[in-house]
Amino acid sequence: MTVKLTLRDQEFEVKPGMTLLSSLVKAGIPPESIIATRNGELILEDEILKDGEVIMLISVISGG
Amino acid sequence: MKQHKLALCKEHYLEWIPEQTERFIKKYKMFTREEKVIVAVSGGKDSLSLWDILVRLGFKADGLYIGLGIDGGRDYSSESHRLTENFAERNHLNLHVVDVEKEYGYSIPVLAGMSHRGKGKPCSVCGLTKRHVMNRIARDLGYDVLATGHNLDDEAATLFGNTLIWSKEFLIRQSPVLAESDGLARKVKPLCRFYEKEMTAYALLRGIEYIYEECPFAVGSTSIYYKKLLNELESDRPGAKLIFYLKFLEGRKQGLFTSPDPDAPGLITCPNCGQPTTAPGECSFCRLISKVKTELD
Repeated sequence: MTVKLTLRDQEFEVKPGMTLLSSLVKAGIPPESIIATRNGELILEDEILKDGEVIMLISVISGG
Repeated sequence: MKQHKLALCKEHYLEWIPEQTERFIKKYKMFTREEKVIVAVSGGKDSLSLWDILVRLGFKADGLYIGLGIDGGRDYSSESHRLTENFAERNHLNLHVVDVEKEYGYSIPVLAGMSHRGKGKPCSVCGLTKRHVMNRIARDLGYDVLATGHNLDDEAATLFGNTLIWSKEFLIRQSPVLAESDGLARKVKPLCRFYEKEMTAYALLRGIEYIYEECPFAVGSTSIYYKKLLNELESDRPGAKLIFYLKFLEGRKQGLFTSPDPDAPGLITCPNCGQPTTAPGECSFCRLISKVKTELD
């Protein structure tokens, strides 16, 4: 019973039934630093994540 | 978008971003529809989105890509060049390309390796080179204005860094518009009030293919560190980054930062390249090239 969050070459596993925002906090990922997609579609922070889903997190920070 | 207390569907979001961009262009008197704009494009989400937006708004905007010769084990510059060329071709846009190594003899990593600037990181040399090339192309090719894709997070991070050390000369110069002066093109930042997250969403929703991989030299940079700190603040207090930047602009407009010496001498011309410089003799960029030539020849 897990939801997988992927961010670049990192993977995080969180419990299903939580919102995206809670999952990010649980995984220690600052919500401001990413955009989340499910099957290529953007999802919002209040979306409930379901068992078996893979959520792709896209880093928004760039610079040098 | 908590900071705006706004929720939009895809269709309306893709309308909202260009509408707001046009509003900022007018508000800060950046340029008019009659003026020729050159957009500095790196292949990243912000600059390609800016070019997309300006063209959609009906501005006369060409692109400028600067090949830096950065590999980082993953053909970073080649890939960003490819994506920029693809974007220009797909949208039938005019793109100028300047390859630093072909033009000046050395790539950015080589220039940086031979320079004492930047303490081993090429970001300082890269910034100096890009500013030199951007100004030269804008001036030589007769563009009225040079537009860059700096977003709110870029501006807030720069402001944060300059505020930590009260860097008066940089605080005075930080603005959505830097007016043209002898030999210097006008510089504008039409995306300066959009969050980095908003620009990423725009690029993704618009289907713009951009270079997702970070510049290999940006890892561990101070600007990214400041962005992360500011994002922590933003998570607790939505709108904090925007307020930080807007209140700074307001203070600046009201004279919070004034030049300590209004009679200080103005810019002078570099005898080698003809670009403006602050000190007598060659400009920093020409001095860099001369130094590297001397050491390598």
